[in-house]
Amino acid sequence: MTMDMLAKSDLRPVRRRRGPAVGPGARLTLLSAASIAFALGLWFALAASGLLPKMLLPSPWDVAQALVKNIGVPFAGATLQQHLLASLGRFSAGFALAVAVGVPVGLMMGWFAPFRHAFAPFFETFRFIAPLAWVPFAALWFGTGIGGPILIVFSGAFAACVINTYRGARMTDERLIEACRTLGAGNWRLIVDVLLPSALPSIMAGIRVAAALGWQSLIGAELIVASSGVGYLIVQGQGSVETPIVMAGMATIGFVGLLIDLGLRQIDARIGRGWRAGA
Amino acid sequence: MSGIAFTDVTRAFERKGGAFQALEPVTLHVPDGEFVAIVGPSGCGKTTLLRLAAGLDHPTTGSVMVGGRAVTGPGPDRAVVFQQFALLPWKTVRQNIGFGLKCRGMSDAEARPLVERYLATMRLEGHGDSYPHQLSGGMQQRVAIARSFILEPEVLLMDEPFGALDAQTRIEMQEELIRLTAGQRRTVLFITHSVEEATYLADRVVVMAGRPGSVREIVDVASLRKAERWAERPVEEVMELDSFIRIRTRLWRLLRSAGAHRDDAATHTLPIAS
Repeated sequence: MTMDMLAKSDLRPVRRRRGPAVGPGARLTLLSAASIAFALGLWFALAASGLLPKMLLPSPWDVAQALVKNIGVPFAGATLQQHLLASLGRFSAGFALAVAVGVPVGLMMGWFAPFRHAFAPFFETFRFIAPLAWVPFAALWFGTGIGGPILIVFSGAFAACVINTYRGARMTDERLIEACRTLGAGNWRLIVDVLLPSALPSIMAGIRVAAALGWQSLIGAELIVASSGVGYLIVQGQGSVETPIVMAGMATIGFVGLLIDLGLRQIDARIGRGWRAGA
Repeated sequence: MSGIAFTDVTRAFERKGGAFQALEPVTLHVPDGEFVAIVGPSGCGKTTLLRLAAGLDHPTTGSVMVGGRAVTGPGPDRAVVFQQFALLPWKTVRQNIGFGLKCRGMSDAEARPLVERYLATMRLEGHGDSYPHQLSGGMQQRVAIARSFILEPEVLLMDEPFGALDAQTRIEMQEELIRLTAGQRRTVLFITHSVEEATYLADRVVVMAGRPGSVREIVDVASLRKAERWAERPVEEVMELDSFIRIRTRLWRLLRSAGAHRDDAATHTLPIAS
């Protein structure tokens, strides 16, 4: 596989860089667009065929209408923007907390062996507990306050931050660590100036996974505890058998999740643009 | 007071199927201000010796003293220059050169004039804000040397520092090193594969034999260098001198027998290899 790719790029370097207007990249984008169009068409056709009752499979048109309508007219006590804002607020708080605690913990685990041995058993166990399992306790401890959802998002995102930071830190070139030690670097300098930048690609990958997991967990949590939010919107839609609104909520989750990931990818691409080219 | 003293030093590494003896008892003394080069076949323990002096490794038995004190760990009093440069890829040339000063707690404003001076000394003006990957190998190694010299170490430990450079750059760097060490006399331990490089640079050349590593012979070059003023002449001229060629040939002979010794040992320890 790798050999094949290497061989190709060796043989045709010029064509790859200065290909015709419709190069392989453009063609692949076209394929993606066609695939989406096909899926939508299939959905339309299925819904229009009348094989399934409208309630079981609302048509894309109904879903789009429900979505647009909810922007102006409140459903379950709030407009779509308000639901989304409530969800994003909870998500941001829990996600930021997970990154702010998870990255330093991961770095410490990567550098200090005692720290690693003290914390690793917890992560090895806790990562198998789905964030949703915390919902009963989140409700007990925090009631309907903001604390519950934050705890859920945090529990979903934290492990990914820690584990990816830790792995990145452990992969730091030993020669760089040695060189800096001979220059008089202490633990703090080594962690901040060597381990952290070296682990950055892995940390950013972890943060993207954490964002996806945190976003998923939040919506799950809102199905149960919240009084607003996209998850809450879906539950209320289910309660009043408004399946188009349920699907509109699902589409919103998917689309906003994608936007969050795209934003993080942009940040990732910007960090260390100067030096990463040759690192 | 910055001599290096290895006394009855051994180093054994744990390996699958038992310990591997990298150094048999080695006793070597590098007096204050002397430039000593170590040559020897691969796996003769020369890098191990340097790492022990740097404090990056610890002897199994015996003692390693630098400046009269036992080595317990790495420190900025003993600068190390590595073959693979080991610059921080995410720091600019300036930041790399100033890194040791920053570790000392010096502020950017305090460090700045010193960093600028070393940029000039190492002929790196105009590259202060570049990242290491934007520089040639020779320039990267000049950055690595600058970041060591800026700390004014008493001891300089160089592990095949020019091994990754092309022939022309290598010669330039050798002359550069002569220029730099002539200014302030420093104790230097210099590991190399190149007999010419060792002869040209060192006061004494230590020839090591392999498996386990040991000192085979020490060849004195200092008296000739002084008498014929090698330091003031270009490399190519020095390399044509009869005295230079004689020493080089002698070192080659010693190395050859050291290598043969190594091969005997290798076949002895690996009877399965055909």
